Amino acid sequence: MTEAAMHRRVASRVPRLRDAVQVGLPVAALAIMLAIIFWIRPAAFSFFGFTLLFRFAIPLVFASLSQMLVIMLGDIDLSNGSFVGLTTCVTALYLENAPAEATLIYVVMIVAYAAFGVLIYVQRLPSIIVTLGMSFIWLGASIILLPSPGGSAPDWLSEFMSWRPPCLPLPIWIAILAAGVGHFFITRSSYGAVLRGAGANARAVERAGWSLIGIRAATYAAAGLLALLAGLTLTGLTTSGDPNVAPAYTLLSVGAVILGGGSFTGGMVSPVGAVIGALTLSLAGSLLSFLQVPPTWQIGAQGVILFLVLAGRALTAERTQ
Amino acid sequence: MSLAHPRVVIAPWTYGFIVALAMWIATTVYSGLGSAGSTLSAALAFGAFSVTVGTGQMLVIASGPGNIDLSVPSVMALAAYVSMTIMHESNSMTAPGLLAALAVGAVAGALNFLAITALRLPPIIATLAWSFVFQSFTFNFGGEATLKPPEILSWFAVWRVGGVQAMPVAVMILTLVMMIVLRRSVFGRQLLAAGQSERAADLAGVEVGRVRLTAYMLCGTAAALTGFLLSGFTGGAALNMGDTYLMESIAVVVLGGTSVAGGQANPLGIWGAALFFNLMATMLNTFHFEAGVRFLLTGVLIILIVAIAPRARGS
Amino acid sequence: MSAPTVVAPTVPALEPSPAFLDVRDVHKNYGAVHALRGVNFRIGPGEVVGLVGHNGAGKSTLMNVLAGTVQRSSGTFNLEAVDVTAWSPDRAQDYGLRCVFQELSLCANLDLAENTRIIHRPLRGPGWRKRAGAVILQTLDEIFPNHGVPVGVRVGDLPIGVRQMVEIARAFSVTDTSVRCVILDEPTSALGHEAAEQLLAYIRSAAERGIACILITHRLDEILAVCDRVVVMVDGQIVAERDAKRLSRAALVALMGSIEAPRERTIREDEPASRGPLVVDSPGRGAGDLSIEAALGEIIGFAGLEGHGQRERLRALYSTGRKRSAHGLAPPVAYVAGDRGSEGVFALWSVADNLTIRSVKALRRRGLISSKAERRLAQAWSDRLNVKTPSIDTPILSLSGGNQQKVLFARALASDAKVIFLDDPMRGVDVGTKQEVYQLIRSEAAKGRCFVWYTTELEELTNCERLYVFREGRAAVQLMGRQIEPSRILESSFGGGSD
Repeated sequence: MTEAAMHRRVASRVPRLRDAVQVGLPVAALAIMLAIIFWIRPAAFSFFGFTLLFRFAIPLVFASLSQMLVIMLGDIDLSNGSFVGLTTCVTALYLENAPAEATLIYVVMIVAYAAFGVLIYVQRLPSIIVTLGMSFIWLGASIILLPSPGGSAPDWLSEFMSWRPPCLPLPIWIAILAAGVGHFFITRSSYGAVLRGAGANARAVERAGWSLIGIRAATYAAAGLLALLAGLTLTGLTTSGDPNVAPAYTLLSVGAVILGGGSFTGGMVSPVGAVIGALTLSLAGSLLSFLQVPPTWQIGAQGVILFLVLAGRALTAERTQ
Repeated sequence: MSLAHPRVVIAPWTYGFIVALAMWIATTVYSGLGSAGSTLSAALAFGAFSVTVGTGQMLVIASGPGNIDLSVPSVMALAAYVSMTIMHESNSMTAPGLLAALAVGAVAGALNFLAITALRLPPIIATLAWSFVFQSFTFNFGGEATLKPPEILSWFAVWRVGGVQAMPVAVMILTLVMMIVLRRSVFGRQLLAAGQSERAADLAGVEVGRVRLTAYMLCGTAAALTGFLLSGFTGGAALNMGDTYLMESIAVVVLGGTSVAGGQANPLGIWGAALFFNLMATMLNTFHFEAGVRFLLTGVLIILIVAIAPRARGS
Repeated sequence: MSAPTVVAPTVPALEPSPAFLDVRDVHKNYGAVHALRGVNFRIGPGEVVGLVGHNGAGKSTLMNVLAGTVQRSSGTFNLEAVDVTAWSPDRAQDYGLRCVFQELSLCANLDLAENTRIIHRPLRGPGWRKRAGAVILQTLDEIFPNHGVPVGVRVGDLPIGVRQMVEIARAFSVTDTSVRCVILDEPTSALGHEAAEQLLAYIRSAAERGIACILITHRLDEILAVCDRVVVMVDGQIVAERDAKRLSRAALVALMGSIEAPRERTIREDEPASRGPLVVDSPGRGAGDLSIEAALGEIIGFAGLEGHGQRERLRALYSTGRKRSAHGLAPPVAYVAGDRGSEGVFALWSVADNLTIRSVKALRRRGLISSKAERRLAQAWSDRLNVKTPSIDTPILSLSGGNQQKVLFARALASDAKVIFLDDPMRGVDVGTKQEVYQLIRSEAAKGRCFVWYTTELEELTNCERLYVFREGRAAVQLMGRQIEPSRILESSFGGGSD
């Protein structure tokens, strides 16, 4: 019996190895891409070079964390990109001249997000179709507000986005902070355990006396807040609002979550992984232009990169099973 | 303990038809009786394309939870470009062009399935990655240019027999065939079994892999066929010709009463949802709503319909 | 088993005394279905009550009502003599009422500490993970000494038996509120023999500390060994309440409304005269692993402790059999799953669709499945197995568990399969259904079919002519004819020397 027990303890390391591999692979992919870029253009290996390479990763990091929360609940959010678009419109139109109104709109948007999250649960609706509907609503609202791209970001926001903090470039700071905060709340904290549990086995968590409606409202609200941050930072970068600025975020953020070791089964997500996945995906574009891949093949090459990284994961998963 | 909740169930897929009818009436009331026929025939023509793509998507969605094909728009464009290049505006090459398009679709579907099983990727990611690759192929095939169809294809796309459009009727026959396939063929039965529970299906003797492969290949083929016909209808293959069908193909399937949890499919309902989508666009245009309001109402209506429609309760 | 001498208050059913829980005239309707019709149930502190009844008798519904996870339609609910109107899972938690549900309610993606945290609100703030780990480990040690469960592993990576141990330990674990009453629904169904004994002993010792337990199980011996009082349910009502000490197994079975067939076991001699051609022939995999053979007309059993490789071997035999029969090298095979919910039924389908899916290819007429032939087949086999259903078009999920299982049997038997693999299909099925199915298996074998039967219940193995006893992933011992008896099987399962 004790021998069997020892055997089990040893066997328990295998799943841990698997978990490590799932986050380790995108890290390796990121490192390889950076190495190639710096090899081709050593000048990029600088404070300024890093800033340029990862500037546009910042909004995607937030969008991916937002998507991660929704995927954690076992849902999927197809409205992420157009929500970011709506945020850029509201920000570019109102944040400078009417900050109070802008804040009020932000709050309404987040409450609406949470309300849709609750609706999905209460009516047991497929999240894929409800969030698809939501994406039309956000898009419609932003076109009503701002029929064509325009407006301007408040100066402080653009200045913040081009701020040069000590030690590390801003995008790196933000990525580290976002990953750290996410890791603490979702992976380490006691409430994170409940949230992840609710994603995997909602009934069990409900039986233990937790309110699933509360859990879902809070998680969706947090997802809305993160998507809002994505929109704010994006406005800071582009300095204007555009309803159609970020439709690609929807699927890219899903890709980042999966790349970072997440899975659609619910409850299986890694904030650190999602952040690294977002960095990897946004760097892939830069890498391809550094490699002088012809523009017509760049999209396809992105697809291939996605396959390569995920194939590595599939292979190692097989090995450790 | 799972006791059934016996209750009256209004078939959810009829909601699309009901709403579509309401919109048709509203449009007709607003712009006069004369427009009723043309409104409907336009909706049927455009609806036929949505239904064809949607029927393929339905097979994939029904084949199990999480199964979805996001490569549909890229397959449409790729198949259209390949076939237009082969036909080169020559009527006599139409048959080879069609076959080439269908082959592109079937291969694309097989590639999607291969990536899902061999690399163990979630379908949403695997088909997304392939769609990037297919887009690149299309880029390199035709560049930014619009490739024109042969005359006979353009003629067929709007052909009317005694005032009745031929293409929507052909697609209705396709729907009918699909209903029989799902209910009475071994493939249909096994597809729905695999969709409900992969493990149970496997233990009940269903070759789950083969069934899903067929579903993905049929989906690719349906998308390719749509791309082929659509380029006849709209005057040529264009890079972004499939873009609107990404979300629409999913929306018409789900609004049509097919469950995203898999194992249950409703080909007829797709027609209701497709008509709803197209008639709503017409109606909002007629009422001179601006684009933003149109999008907003579309979103609200999608959510309302899925929220109100009663659903079959599974496990 | 050494039942400790009982000093706990063994309250006779009818005498008034301070009850922990007292519910009166509880009804629960699901639409037109009456799952509970006027149940009176009470349990005092430190009392162990056994709840028995057939599948669909309402045991699980009653449990869910007591636990607050299902709202009663009507009736009164008293908790320590205080009337409770709104009862919910979180209030139940506050009052120290815990449950071990039949479908386990652990989150597969979380580790032990995180799963413990879910039911214990005080486990939060700095250091919660360490504290939670200590709490669950301590309870595990108390209930299952030498359990060897690794704490840092996700529950999904643990075998089912270990998961059940964790679930039980979690229900008994204590932080701020003390545990007052634990409801256990089929807690031993996935446990090995040793762990089950440990649990029963622990229930007794917990009762002495004043913790009440409600034990729902089909293993009547466990009820008789550990309970003070037995409550029998039939059709959503309580039909009998007895003192367990003065109850025999046979009497209990009679109360449940079915007559347990006498153990008429025909021990066939070792010479299977009717033995047909060999249809399963799988060489052993490595040292100490017997090769497995089965011929048409035979019933062979896979025995051994839970999780020693029986199911894996059965699956492997099934998939080779399937491949070989696809190439025409072997007769067709079928598989009857034991885990109905996830591997057996197609939840959206009717009885008929569920029954015929294995045979759709054979039901084709000119390329399409013939509705007529399909219905005929479904009706015939649903009648033969005596499936209790209003019609073959009834949704499968509205049937009781035992009847769903019968449909799964019918699926295999109605097919052209000559070799049928049974994967512990009788788990959680009531006694009456079991007897019916045993008989059917024997008669089908006599007609020339071959059954390979994995089961965790020793009694079932007596239906087999030959057994392979599994130990540590290998088919270690073969037993035949008169050798097949519980003590011999157990001995071989433990490998003689160990323990």
